[in-house]
Amino acid sequence: MSDAGPDMNDDMSDTGAVDGVQPPAVEIRGASKIFNPGRHNEVKALEDIDLHIDQGDFVTLIGPSGCGKSTLLRLIAALVDASDGTVLVNGKTADAARLDRDYSMVFQRAGLFDWRNVSRNIELPLELMGWKAADRRRRSAEMLELVKLTEFARHHPAELSGGMQQRIAIARAMSFHPQLLLMDEPFGALDEMTREHMQNELLRIWSETQITVVFVTHSIPEAVFLSTKVAVMSPRPGRIAAVIDNGLGPRTDATRDDPAFFSNVTAVRDALRGGH
Amino acid sequence: MIDTAGGAPAAVDDPIVFEQLLRLQAAREQRRARMRRTGRQVVVLAVFICLLGVAYSAYKAVGASIDDAQSGWPVIGSILPESDDLKMPPVLDIVSGVFEEPRGTDEPFWSIVGKEAAFTLREAAVGFAIGVMVGLSIAIVLTTSGRLERALVPHVIASQTIPLIAIAPIIVIWGRKSFDFLPFEWQDWMSVSIIATYLTFFPVTINGLRGLQSPRPENLELMDSYAARWVQTLWRLRLPASLPYLFAAFKIAATASVVGAIVGEISAGVKGGLGRRVLLEAQRYTTGPERLYVAVLGAAALGIFVFAVISTIEYGLVGRKGRETVT
Repeated sequence: MSDAGPDMNDDMSDTGAVDGVQPPAVEIRGASKIFNPGRHNEVKALEDIDLHIDQGDFVTLIGPSGCGKSTLLRLIAALVDASDGTVLVNGKTADAARLDRDYSMVFQRAGLFDWRNVSRNIELPLELMGWKAADRRRRSAEMLELVKLTEFARHHPAELSGGMQQRIAIARAMSFHPQLLLMDEPFGALDEMTREHMQNELLRIWSETQITVVFVTHSIPEAVFLSTKVAVMSPRPGRIAAVIDNGLGPRTDATRDDPAFFSNVTAVRDALRGGH
Repeated sequence: MIDTAGGAPAAVDDPIVFEQLLRLQAAREQRRARMRRTGRQVVVLAVFICLLGVAYSAYKAVGASIDDAQSGWPVIGSILPESDDLKMPPVLDIVSGVFEEPRGTDEPFWSIVGKEAAFTLREAAVGFAIGVMVGLSIAIVLTTSGRLERALVPHVIASQTIPLIAIAPIIVIWGRKSFDFLPFEWQDWMSVSIIATYLTFFPVTINGLRGLQSPRPENLELMDSYAARWVQTLWRLRLPASLPYLFAAFKIAATASVVGAIVGEISAGVKGGLGRRVLLEAQRYTTGPERLYVAVLGAAALGIFVFAVISTIEYGLVGRKGRETVT
């Protein structure tokens, strides 16, 4: 299925489901990660992680730097192998999900290829999957519409601002309609105004596509504004200290001034402090 | 939040898109500035060449005005070259030497040197092409494993410490004796190409290795996250990312291939190229010193020509997309 054409990928509910029961998007049980085991620079990055993410959830991983939240995201992406425990994505091992292109990843740096124009950047994953040129072009145009940058299809990344580059990176990640979007501090390098704008855009895309999102951040307001669940992590070794349900309903700019928003911000902050 | 559908970029309610328009304006101005810079560089080069000619003539004039007595000067006389017309032919002689027909020919000298330069260019171009292929292949193989890189790079560097003059005759002898299995008849100029290859592959390997390793870790992770095969990552990420590095190497390699071809011709005794011409004019220097100067200028022009060709290709492939060249 690694070279599936557009039709096979269009069905977004196509998971490893058996008898119509959808497995959770992410299921992690007792996972740990030790870098350089047995050497003098051994680091215990993650310990005894349990995490359950349902299809369609928007989960943020939040914690101080060095708590292993990026490592946890890479565990789900199968870019890093767990030292212990199981990591299932759509009911498959993480690596099988990677080979099936079940997920897509967005990094803090947009990481666009500056020798390709915007449209060809969005086509990159489709090229790797062996899509025909006409199909690629059609999908790329759809994606540009999704992130509202249609008129910049032929520009090169170096000509674009950081916020626009990140929107193109999101379009590239969404281009093959993955079921799961893994985002590693994607707005961390943006200024505050652009960041809020991007958050609104991301929520719009999320509600339009019903995609599952796992989002790493170290900004408490960002976590509370975006997600349905906030997983709070504690450092050294990284553990999940609490998972906070964050039901704020549909977000608007007014949500940022809502008392419920602030009380959830307080709840996350308390969890980060370890309940003190 | 709603964009004017397909509208001109002027109708903007998106702050990011608006900021973009300012950026585009700045980019356009940068392009114009670059054009002006190129024009200035051409003028500067022309002025520089004229100044060289003036300095050369001035030095001769000073020497002549004191009756060519420098050789008798204490200390300085033994350092400074003597400036009589045999040792330093006047600029005008050199210029007219370009157009004169040497004795025994009915062809102006520039035409003879031009044909020989073309002969040398063919050797250099073949050597360059093979060198690029060999150099890039080595770089790609070394990219596959850090252990392989650490093991082999010292040998690649060591290969360049062998004097070219020493190995040139060996290569020519091999060419004449050992390449019978080839479907075409081996000719001496092909040996010269191999000699040029020897100088060419090295910068391509070293810079190519740096370029192939230049993508950021997250770009390699991106390709992994798409379950890209190794060849796909090579073709779509590593090679394009290494182009600025490779072109820096190509410029060095192209001029080195001309040097290699000329040196190869001289030490291999190949007839028909610039190396042979330089040797010939050096032997009959007293009967026409300006011809040696013209031959050397022809060699310099060939080097500049190949450099310019590579630069032009680089501008078309890499430069226009606003990337900075890596030196």
